[in-house]
Amino acid sequence: MLSDLLRWGGKRSSQTETTGDAPAPRGEEPVIPSKALPKFLSAIRRQPGPPVLLDFGPVIGANVAFFGERLGCKLFIEDLFADYDKHARGGTLDALAATFPSRLRHEDASVDGVLCWDFFDFLTKPASQLLARQIVRVLRPGGAVMGFFCTSAVPRTAFTKYEVVDETAMRHRYHPGIGGARMPLLNRDIIKMFDSLIVSDSFLLKSNTREILLRRKA
Amino acid sequence: MWKRDESVKPATGSTGSTPAPAQHGSTPHAAEAAPTRPAPASEPQRGQERNVVNIGTSVVIKGELSGSEDLTIEGQVEGKIELRQNVLTIGANAKIKAQVFAKAVIIFGEIVGNVAATEKVDIRDNGSVDGDIAAPRVAIAEGAHFRGSIDMQRGNKVEQKAEAKPAAQPAPTSAPAAPAGVPR
Repeated sequence: MLSDLLRWGGKRSSQTETTGDAPAPRGEEPVIPSKALPKFLSAIRRQPGPPVLLDFGPVIGANVAFFGERLGCKLFIEDLFADYDKHARGGTLDALAATFPSRLRHEDASVDGVLCWDFFDFLTKPASQLLARQIVRVLRPGGAVMGFFCTSAVPRTAFTKYEVVDETAMRHRYHPGIGGARMPLLNRDIIKMFDSLIVSDSFLLKSNTREILLRRKA
Repeated sequence: MWKRDESVKPATGSTGSTPAPAQHGSTPHAAEAAPTRPAPASEPQRGQERNVVNIGTSVVIKGELSGSEDLTIEGQVEGKIELRQNVLTIGANAKIKAQVFAKAVIIFGEIVGNVAATEKVDIRDNGSVDGDIAAPRVAIAEGAHFRGSIDMQRGNKVEQKAEAKPAAQPAPTSAPAAPAGVPR
């Protein structure tokens, strides 16, 4: 007890410890403005009824609160990064793409918005095409798809999870996992992949990431 | 002063035993989630009257489980769990394969099945849910696993809120039922 008293005013180690899931203190994780996010939100708000969202990222409490509580969306969490991680650890990445149709069992035209984050960067071109086909299938008329695409190849990188801070910014957070190589897709490949969607907005960020918003005509 | 410290000590010891409180700052409702754990210490007034039943780690139940007391499960349950007016806590060792319906569900362990709550569902760190969640409020801590859909049931929430506080103004940040700028 005396030692507790003597520690008064000192740094409390138990409160400053970080967890294995978030190695960097929260304040050090960068908050990056997003230009595509407000457009995406605007698109899903225009949809009649409560929007249905498909999220390919890991579940994040803040995003559940933002999309579920604040915007009234119904959220489907389909953590494809976890699938990628599982296949990468098992050495079966080639088989990942084949799982997409069974993984995304949503009905045709049943989803208003798809949050792809940067998942396409980790896929091969054929795998990207397979996933894009599924996205196009489930997207409702007027629906929107938001994805981040790198502009140069990276041999190996960790995953990032994107926490929505507000309607114009996201916190880029470390996400545990094996990670993988990132391969850039050309703009024309993206347009081809989503052949029945239109690229409504494309922004090149200072980080050389392309934020791309695709829409299905209403 | 010394006496006061000693009287505080047991309380801090009991809160320290709750699993991983440091995680909860990461979600907007985490701070609210912590005190909702149906431990008697968190709700001293009601806790003395309320019975909390525990199902131990060695217990396996197959079938339908229903009741009108708060329940903590550390064992295995397959089937259906219904506690319409009470809090259900899925302990860290529990493995549940069931449809769950309760007033509030706090999950430290694993659930495979759909979870519905009239108040809230709270998945704590290392908690895992494979299934659909339907509740007016959902809190998911860092490190939790979730796969499925989340439906916040705004319509029901608004009705509940209206019954509870007819003249109350909706809070813009924490009240999920009546957010500003909600799409129609």
